Amino acid sequence: MRGAKPMDKPQSFQDIILRLQAYWAGKGCAMLQPYDMEVGAGTFHPATTLRSLGSQPWAAAYVQPSRRPTDGRYGENPNRLQHFYQYQVILKPSPPDLQALYLGSLEAIGIEMDLHDIRFVEDDWESPTLGAWGLGWEVWCDGMEVSQFTYFQQVAGMDCKPVSGELTYGLERLAMYVLGIDHVMDMPFNSPDSPVPLSYGDIFKQAEAEYARWNFDVADTDMLLKHFEDAETECAAILEHPADDPKTGRKIIMAHPAYDQAIKASHVFNLLDARGVISVTERQAYIGRVRALTKMCADAFVQTEAGGVSQ
Amino acid sequence: MDYLLELFSEEIPARMQKRAGEDLKKLVTNGMVEAGITYESAAVFTTPRRLCLNVCGVLEASPTLREERKGPRVGAPEKAIEGFLRGAGVSREDLVVKADKKGDIYVVEIVKPGRGAAEVLSEVVSEVVHNFPWPKSMRWGASQMRWVRPLHSVLSILGKTEVEVVPVQVDVPVGDSTEGHRFMAPGRFSVSSFEDYEAKLKAAYVMLDPAERADMIWHDATNAAFALGLDVVEDRALLAEVAGLVEWPVVLMGGIAEDFFALPPEVLQSSMREHQKFFSVRNPKTGRIEKFVTVANRETADAGATILAGNQKVLFARLSDAKFFWENDLRVPLADMAAKLENVTFHNKLGTQAERVARIAALAREIAPMVGADADLAGQAAEICKAGLMSEMVYEFPELQGLMGRYYAEAAGMPAEVANACEQHWQPLGPSDDVPSEPTSVAVALADKIDTLTGFWAIDEKPTGSKDPFALRRAALGVIRLVLENDLRVGLVEQLDRAINSQPWKLALSGALLNIRNQVSEAKTKLADPNWRGSLLSGTREQLEADLPALEIATDNSSNEYQSHISWLAEAPQNLLSFFHDRLKVYLKDKGIRHDVIDACLAMPGNDDLTLLVKRAEALQAFLNTDDGENLLQGFKRANNILRAEEKKDGVSYEGQPDIKFAEAPAEQALFKALTEAAPSIETALKAENIEAAMAALAALRAPIYTFFDDVQVNAENQITRRNRLCLLNEIREVMQKVAMFSEISG
Repeated sequence: MRGAKPMDKPQSFQDIILRLQAYWAGKGCAMLQPYDMEVGAGTFHPATTLRSLGSQPWAAAYVQPSRRPTDGRYGENPNRLQHFYQYQVILKPSPPDLQALYLGSLEAIGIEMDLHDIRFVEDDWESPTLGAWGLGWEVWCDGMEVSQFTYFQQVAGMDCKPVSGELTYGLERLAMYVLGIDHVMDMPFNSPDSPVPLSYGDIFKQAEAEYARWNFDVADTDMLLKHFEDAETECAAILEHPADDPKTGRKIIMAHPAYDQAIKASHVFNLLDARGVISVTERQAYIGRVRALTKMCADAFVQTEAGGVSQ
Repeated sequence: MDYLLELFSEEIPARMQKRAGEDLKKLVTNGMVEAGITYESAAVFTTPRRLCLNVCGVLEASPTLREERKGPRVGAPEKAIEGFLRGAGVSREDLVVKADKKGDIYVVEIVKPGRGAAEVLSEVVSEVVHNFPWPKSMRWGASQMRWVRPLHSVLSILGKTEVEVVPVQVDVPVGDSTEGHRFMAPGRFSVSSFEDYEAKLKAAYVMLDPAERADMIWHDATNAAFALGLDVVEDRALLAEVAGLVEWPVVLMGGIAEDFFALPPEVLQSSMREHQKFFSVRNPKTGRIEKFVTVANRETADAGATILAGNQKVLFARLSDAKFFWENDLRVPLADMAAKLENVTFHNKLGTQAERVARIAALAREIAPMVGADADLAGQAAEICKAGLMSEMVYEFPELQGLMGRYYAEAAGMPAEVANACEQHWQPLGPSDDVPSEPTSVAVALADKIDTLTGFWAIDEKPTGSKDPFALRRAALGVIRLVLENDLRVGLVEQLDRAINSQPWKLALSGALLNIRNQVSEAKTKLADPNWRGSLLSGTREQLEADLPALEIATDNSSNEYQSHISWLAEAPQNLLSFFHDRLKVYLKDKGIRHDVIDACLAMPGNDDLTLLVKRAEALQAFLNTDDGENLLQGFKRANNILRAEEKKDGVSYEGQPDIKFAEAPAEQALFKALTEAAPSIETALKAENIEAAMAALAALRAPIYTFFDDVQVNAENQITRRNRLCLLNEIREVMQKVAMFSEISG
């Protein structure tokens, strides 16, 4: 009989994160830390975007704080946040038992397989800013979407060879489901039995309101526009440098620093979008500009050792 | 022998399963038959994780084929004989001499030995799997294969009592085993026949046949509803989809909180169907959606209680959202909603949605009297017809755009005609969608579609080939159906002309031209002043002098662009009318009207009045199907052929008035008389637009025309007689062409 016993049920948000970490560490993933920049989703972490390119094998898992300025609801909405956490697993090449591995992770966080109805429902994934797409499913647990499951086919316009399998868990939503919480702000962050029990709201409610106000009404759009252009210029400039470093005499292609600028441009675009200064037609143009940056960085990355080129 | 094939994979999208099953059956059986392996019957089954093909009565081996190939004649050059031997792959001993019509020739019998079914199947299935026509396929891991989702195993067995595994070239295991239900019966098992396979699957909680799953779902759902005195809202597409999402269907019924009963039933249905794949359950007494049916993919120890609770919770959250949108939307005055359209670009050359709505309203007012609608009501309806697009509900459920427009108009206390138009002006959305018949709705629907068409025509964004990004063919067909099915009399060209000239791109171009001309003249004024130096900030004299030629070129370009747009606008309405005619031809062809009959009517004046055009075409086709019509057409052809030949020969056209006093033969005089009698009644009938009566009047000419051709020699010796006769034929041609362009009719 599979399935966790009721006493195994997690008690808090962080408990779920810790269990996922332990599970995927046990499956041999490198436990990475969040990327130290503002991103819209875990996929933007170079551990996914860049590492899904080239031929080198890869296995990593990490929590990624993600920001979607337009989703801010001043901390009032039960499950919409402008800052939230994603749990990301990326395995290259995708192992043949990826579905089974994934289902094991649900058991690990206390979902009893014998009582629930788990489904793989068609959902093709596409990221226009990353020039990426893949096929897979959204995973339903009793009608509730708990994860995104994708086999990457292309990233930055390049075919993924081999193919990476990507699992993305929306941590707040998943945890609320497992813990039986209706409003995200009521969710225990640490154990309710702790000397200082903290709820999700204790930690984030105030910040959500602050960011919502700043994102929607205050952020200086002229400055942001300039930031966008600066990041765009810098990204291209970094990659224009010849590969040979005159100081060390080594070949150093600066794919990662350039990619940081692409990430920055993407986030600034999201902020501008939330401020409502980007029209429908301009939107496509901005997305195209970010995609062009990602493409340049990806092209550079596959020229490096990590990208699969033997030096 | 029977062949059983199962392609076992990760979850196949529900919408692709049916087609994939059909393709698998067709491709494998066609491949077999092509290779000479015939069979008795084949059936295909799909589940979310498998495509299964069962072929019965497979021929054990293809028959040996003997073919006689003819070679060169006996005594032909050695080289020719050697070439033949090489080509046929035989040696000289195989040659036989046979007598042919031209003498003795070499002949060889080529024997193609039959091949075993296993060998053929192995080849065919490998080929099919590698080139399978999935609408979208993928790679996985480091495999070079493509499939809709990762393929895990292939079951491929052939035989009757003893079965053998037929190898398939794939990089996953191929054998005689498969798996059962992912959760209820994990683990592999072997099978020895289709019956064994189906039975073992059922024991392993997999119902193989999608029709059986659908039947079971529908049966259990309706039973559960019936027990409570409720009805399941029928939805075949959803039933098929849900049957493709489960291998072991378990129907669960849940309740909807009373809080949500006030929501429009369509909102409940949409929300449940699109997001949750739930069936709606209606209370026939109240007409309300009060419960839902969800279909789980398994049985559980708690009889589905956890699953149902989870689904109910998700639904509660979704409906809370919907209720929130609904209540928010009701708080926003309709005019405010409509005002938000100012912020939405329709197309960068065609302005905002608000500007478009203003054009539609103006046009709807013009059209209203022609369709029997009140101009003010039509205008009022048009002004708010797109407001619903700005509601939160439609943002969330785009498929409800028309319906929500109606609900919000009703809630705002608008007249019923206006509320109806808010919903119906989107129609018809396709060839089988309903066509509105209420005059206000018709006026707005026509105005909406004509604005779309003339807008994109004005900026020359016409559909090409298979590309029709703005759905202009659908809009044109919509106009055609609105006009015909409501029997409307509208001169389209006038409306198209009016609408196309109110499109904003002309104004934008002339503004740009004016602007650049002003720049040039300002620059020239500045440069004409010898003391003007300018400044670094606003531009120096040197800079301006350097820029002037470019500015002048830009002026020319801008002027050319404007001019060519103006000349395009002048011809665009006619061009658009031909587009309508093309769509009309397709539409009438489906209604059984002959192509040449349509052409004969399109060539008539007033062809932008589609109702008249179709009336004429129908009358003409009916007339041509009668004896009179058929014969008259032959008479017309004969007259026309003679006239064309003589006119060509003489280099003149016989358009003069014939005179009865030069008519010598009785048949000639009779035809004169018949024509003189028929002409006024044809004229009258045409004036009254009674095409049938005009045709009937034409029928009176049939007999005199025939007698004329039988008795009278048109090309008489006497030139006056001849000319008079030719003019008479011309007169007949003219009269007939007033009714329809008979020259376009074939046969």
